[in-house]
Amino acid sequence: MSTPTPPDGAAAAASQDLPSSRLDDSSLDARARREADDPHSPVVRFDASWPLRLDAGVALEAQQIAYQTYGEPNAARSNAILICHALTGDQHAANLNPVTGKPGWWETMVGPGRPIDTERFYVICANVLGGCMGSTGPSSRNPATGAPYGLDMPLVTIRDMVNAQAMLLDHLGIERLLCVAGGSMGGMQVLQWAASYPERVFSALALATAARHSAQNIAFHEVGRQAVMADPDWRGGRYLAEGVTPHRGLAVARMAAHITYMSDQALHRKFGRRLQNRAMPTFGFDADFQVESYLRHQGEAFVQRFDANSYLYVTRAMDYFDLAADYDGVLANAFRGTKTRFCLASFTSDWLFPTEDSRAIVHALNASGANVSFAEIESDKGHDAFLLEEPELFAIAHGFIDSAARALGLPPARER
Amino acid sequence: MAQPTLDEGAVRQQGGRVDLVVVAEMVAPGSRVLDVGSGDGGLLELLATTRGCDARGIELSREGVNAGVARGLAIIQGDADVDLAYYPDDAFDYVILSQTLQATRRPRWVLEQMLRIGRRAVVSFPNFGHWRSRLDLLVNGRMPVTENLPLPWYETPNIHFCTIRDFVGLVDALDAKMEKAVALDSAGHRVRVNMPWWVWNLLGEQAVFLLSRKGRG
Repeated sequence: MSTPTPPDGAAAAASQDLPSSRLDDSSLDARARREADDPHSPVVRFDASWPLRLDAGVALEAQQIAYQTYGEPNAARSNAILICHALTGDQHAANLNPVTGKPGWWETMVGPGRPIDTERFYVICANVLGGCMGSTGPSSRNPATGAPYGLDMPLVTIRDMVNAQAMLLDHLGIERLLCVAGGSMGGMQVLQWAASYPERVFSALALATAARHSAQNIAFHEVGRQAVMADPDWRGGRYLAEGVTPHRGLAVARMAAHITYMSDQALHRKFGRRLQNRAMPTFGFDADFQVESYLRHQGEAFVQRFDANSYLYVTRAMDYFDLAADYDGVLANAFRGTKTRFCLASFTSDWLFPTEDSRAIVHALNASGANVSFAEIESDKGHDAFLLEEPELFAIAHGFIDSAARALGLPPARER
Repeated sequence: MAQPTLDEGAVRQQGGRVDLVVVAEMVAPGSRVLDVGSGDGGLLELLATTRGCDARGIELSREGVNAGVARGLAIIQGDADVDLAYYPDDAFDYVILSQTLQATRRPRWVLEQMLRIGRRAVVSFPNFGHWRSRLDLLVNGRMPVTENLPLPWYETPNIHFCTIRDFVGLVDALDAKMEKAVALDSAGHRVRVNMPWWVWNLLGEQAVFLLSRKGRG
């Protein structure tokens, strides 16, 4: 969900002012803006002969998907793993991010000798529909007007994202995936993949996720969206055309959201009540506490790389997600007769997507007779744990993916 | 970990779990199996490798689950006393409860669920009617602590001990059919088949039962 950033005192100290809203062409966010239409990634463009019909009831007649791949497909093209990213992630799972210059968001999981072993598997990660890193989203150019879509972009759902990814796989000549893997919103896509395309998914790894977004989580998202829309620079969603960006609103949205990705325990461990580079409180509203400084830094870093309207669209897609609703309200029906192998994992301190959410999916999979593994992992790192150094998670992911690969007759991993 | 084998003598010599071999031998090759209380998946591995089973587990302890899943086994973290309700009728050919019956809160409910979910149930448990248990109570006046049940009464997760006779009584109460029964003595040898129940109850340190629903194949 968030890119893990260590609490860096120096960076945090320099970030006490929220960023200005003016665009400067050499700035990080100008780079981010260029990614929307011409990303540093392979792009596949679909025209009106391949319309993408959206759940909102309209079709996108021109659409593009930006993606990254790692490793090589085998001759049978049976070693492909699709990675689905979370709310503010992107396709740069295991390479330097072209906007931030930071490592990919899942390099702990994806790479040579990692659980998703790029020496053994052909790994694909696409920017989601509605995103801002090169797949069609509200900051993309609307072919009808030549200007960014803004709110003229139709609302998208998790299922729309998955359908767009399926078009990408068709383009890449991948019929069946060895595994679809992701956490949080990525996990929602994994579940949707397994429900919509069971014959294309040999195994599914869904981490820290839910089959429906909870009322509490919709509420958090609404706070974030309201913060964006309350920024005068949002301009009814037309800020790109008017040359400004609602940085303040988006930063506040990110700060609020970031709290939900961590646990109380982790915040206490990292910051406690410690003061930021001062011996005494200032008796003002400066960032006296380290935790304030950290959050401001998170907010500032985020607005440099993420589009505010994309944040509205993608949070909305998560809110609308309720997999059972498409199957007469019975989640087990979404997986009836499935041959897909499932593995789910949750984290003890994750209060955004708590273990009960994963267990509800497990019960539905049990009821549908599916082959499923489920582990709750002890961690104090909250929801973000799936992105962080969690040896137990890696052992589980490795065991699950390796057994799926062996069941498909793929050669074992190279001795390291 | 030793290579999984169904050779009882070899397992006995290595000090392995003979009861698991007895359980595995009751399971027809290639069947769908749910192991309730699967630990770190030792029996699942045995069933998958020696019997070609589609074997899945449910286990309460996080450590057991994580170790098993890391070895590529299909295990869910869950509580048999609750989670068995979520499985549909006839989902498995066999549902196994290996050395777990005595740790369940509702043994009768668990057995009923097993016979609903699976066409057959395999249950193995430590026999509290074994002569050494009786001796502990009779002579020392204390709850038995053995090699297989090493924890004192206040720390053991085993809250529902029973004897072979008690278990047979429960099978009758459930109106289930007893297809096979094996008792193992403390050295891991089978108690002779032609012995009467009271001998089994005295000499068997562990018992393994294969049950099915009456009136069903």
